[in-house]
Amino acid sequence: MSDYILEMNHITKEFSGVKALDDVNLKVKKGEVHALCGENGAGKSTLMNVLSGVYPYGTYSGDIVYKGEIGKFHKIKDSEAKGIVIIHQELALSPHLSVAENVFLGNEQCSGKGVIDWTRTRAKAAEMLAKVGLENEDVNVPVNSLGVGKQQLIEIAKAMAKDVELLILDEPTAALNDEESAKLLEIMLELKKQGVTMIIISHKLNEISYVADAITVIRDGHTIETLTKGVDDFSEDRIIKGMVGREMTNRYPIREGVTIGDTIFEVSNWNVYHPEDPERQVLKDVNIQVKAGEVVGLAGLMGAGRTEFAMSVFGKSYGQKISGTVRLNGKEVDLKDVRTAIDNKLAYVSEDRKGNGLVLIDDIKRNMTMAALRNFFSKNGVVDANEEIVKAEEYKKLINVKANSIDQTVGSLSGGNQQKVVLAKWMLTQPDVLILDEPTRGIDVGAKYEIYCVINDLAKAGKAVIIISSEMPEIIGTCDRLYVINEGHIAGELAKEEMTQEKIMGCIMADNRKGA
Amino acid sequence: MDKKKVVNIDMRQYGMVLALIAVYVIFAILTGGKNLSPANINNLIMQNGYIVILAVGMLLCVLTGNVDLGVGSIVATCGAVIGIGMVDYGWNMWIAIIAALIVGLLCGMFAGFFISKLGIPPFIVTLATMLMGRGLTYVLLQAQTKGPLPNNFVYIGAGFLPTIKVGNVDLICLIVAAVISVLIVMAELKSIATKKKYGFATNPAWQLIVKNAIIIGIVWFFFYKLACYSGIPFVLVLMALLVGLYHFITTKTVAGRQIYALGGNAKAAKLSGINTERVFFWVYTNMGILCAVAGIVLSARNASATPKAGDQFEMDAIASCYIGGAATSGGIGTIIGAVVGAFIMGILNNGMSLYGFSTDLQKIVKGAVLLGAVTIDLVSKRKK
Repeated sequence: MSDYILEMNHITKEFSGVKALDDVNLKVKKGEVHALCGENGAGKSTLMNVLSGVYPYGTYSGDIVYKGEIGKFHKIKDSEAKGIVIIHQELALSPHLSVAENVFLGNEQCSGKGVIDWTRTRAKAAEMLAKVGLENEDVNVPVNSLGVGKQQLIEIAKAMAKDVELLILDEPTAALNDEESAKLLEIMLELKKQGVTMIIISHKLNEISYVADAITVIRDGHTIETLTKGVDDFSEDRIIKGMVGREMTNRYPIREGVTIGDTIFEVSNWNVYHPEDPERQVLKDVNIQVKAGEVVGLAGLMGAGRTEFAMSVFGKSYGQKISGTVRLNGKEVDLKDVRTAIDNKLAYVSEDRKGNGLVLIDDIKRNMTMAALRNFFSKNGVVDANEEIVKAEEYKKLINVKANSIDQTVGSLSGGNQQKVVLAKWMLTQPDVLILDEPTRGIDVGAKYEIYCVINDLAKAGKAVIIISSEMPEIIGTCDRLYVINEGHIAGELAKEEMTQEKIMGCIMADNRKGA
Repeated sequence: MDKKKVVNIDMRQYGMVLALIAVYVIFAILTGGKNLSPANINNLIMQNGYIVILAVGMLLCVLTGNVDLGVGSIVATCGAVIGIGMVDYGWNMWIAIIAALIVGLLCGMFAGFFISKLGIPPFIVTLATMLMGRGLTYVLLQAQTKGPLPNNFVYIGAGFLPTIKVGNVDLICLIVAAVISVLIVMAELKSIATKKKYGFATNPAWQLIVKNAIIIGIVWFFFYKLACYSGIPFVLVLMALLVGLYHFITTKTVAGRQIYALGGNAKAAKLSGINTERVFFWVYTNMGILCAVAGIVLSARNASATPKAGDQFEMDAIASCYIGGAATSGGIGTIIGAVVGAFIMGILNNGMSLYGFSTDLQKIVKGAVLLGAVTIDLVSKRKK
């Protein structure tokens, strides 16, 4: 009998021909805390979804050996029945229900068929809360009256109520502050003593070094290595090396013939508070400058505040109590709403093209002209439909949108072509400053290259371009300069020749240590 | 690139018009041609004028992905203002009309304020205005009918343009039909010229000829029948002006485009610089004004104001939009579609009455038609 509670052997998972996981191996010993590390998109979440049955048995190749037998999980309920519980990054609590109800959500304590036994529910809920250090909480209050940190612990209590043996935590501390994170880590160590095995996915390597017994590093869908506490070097630098040590290939077109001009876009002392929580500061004293013809990156981990920064600058589309100044060509401007931002030649290409960028039921032409309609395609409020068609055709050709005609609905296009339509939409507003938020998320390599070419053309035309990307190679490959943002403030600035993934991660880690 | 670009006419676009013609023909057969009589054609217009006016405003609400349930009640309230003003206080007709329009405007702004500024769901807000408006009407009229209204006012709902009768036929009607025919041909020629100038694809000539021949044929049929009766009803002029205006707004203006963008994806619209709050406010305010117009027409046609006036008009207006191809999720629909939808409902009502169906049966058929039309529309789209 091996001492591994879980062995995932040679797991391969494809999505329409693209291998998200390629021969991945993961071995977890009973009673240990095992960390899974890797960049965004390396395949960590996919692996955990395979384990928990989100992707049913048969849609992947390879075996899952759990407690000595092969696990064939067809749905989440199957894996939960065996004691495997996954806690996702986004909380899965029903905000208006009470703590007790949430703890037993989907696992209701019943007397007879379908009739809830409230006495037992409350008593057992209190028992579960005690296990996660919340013995003083009232189980009858609605769960949204508690802070995020406590809600995260209630997620764990919910898992405990299912007799969990293997608990998977996906970025459990992403939304927590330092104090709450520390508490959560202590609870994890406490659970370990009670015999619960855990897998933790986290970007915060200092936390991983502290809490984990073993670390498996995944990169581009492959397992790279497994480090064991006490045997291998467990330092953050060592982990980072495993995570990012990939060769850079020529995936980025070279930008030539660009003359970098004066600073045309400048944001200073930018402070923003969370839209729903006026106490929570999301951005602290952010200062950035961008020159004409320059491509500047905003690097950082997910949730670092980059999108929040872009949206709050772009017509105050995010947050409250916004303070700070925006200067365009040296002149201070008040971008009080999106209209004003567009009129001041600012453009923001959202990270969520389907949710925030496009009207999927409408055609290419009208999506392209949506933001520029008022300023460039109308006279006295009447749309110039012919001009609209001409420009849409021109841009379709210019940035190579693959579609039968400009009358095709954008919902029927591939992700890459949709992204091009969004780009065209903002290029048509004739901006001086473009903020591109995850411009190549979820699109194939070929379309990515084309988008990098468009970015180069924009720089050549003297625009100031800001790129937000969680893919470090992309930011390094496309930017002249970058700012590292961590936890809502600038953690560092790197010039072209200083840019390496190690440097970027190093900035973030150093900043985390400072904060902790 | 000198290849001649040709596209075929999309028949789906005309599906509802064909359905309209089909329903009309079926009832013509069932009633032995009763619904073809000049008097009946005239009735169709007079009876459905206010539904068409309301459907036009309702389409804008539907485009945002919502409805306005308060329509019927606001129509009644505006009618009550006219009735009381003219009968009890002896107001001049124009003052009464302006008063009704102001009341409609205020009702619309009231709903618009709650929807746009406070973010209350339109369904709730207009459910409230439906109850409040009806209650207010009963209070104002003290549950009595106010009438009769003076003849010059009644003209709006039941009058005709001047006629020049040659024998039994009105010459004005025929002149109007001729002018419309010429305009249709000229508009088509202009559109072809523009398409050529910009090098856009054009439709094959025979398709355009058939299409326009059918349209012109319908126009002549229609106006000839009116010419044989009492000429052009004033309601038709009002209706045509409103339909033309709103068709223009929705298809050719920035404001119209903003409504579609809001309905298609409110977040994307907002991030494209569209003030979605303002759009919501004006859509519902506009609905209030059109309720007032419908209230004026209705009370003029009845020559009185009754507390029960406009009952369930909102349902007819909403059904018209959906039958006319609008999507419940918003962002899809046309003014012409809504008007065609309103006439399909009207022809059904009218035909069934002539055929002798009871009103109870009529409701069953109308419900089935609404359900059937939307089901066919959605299922055919899903297949695509």
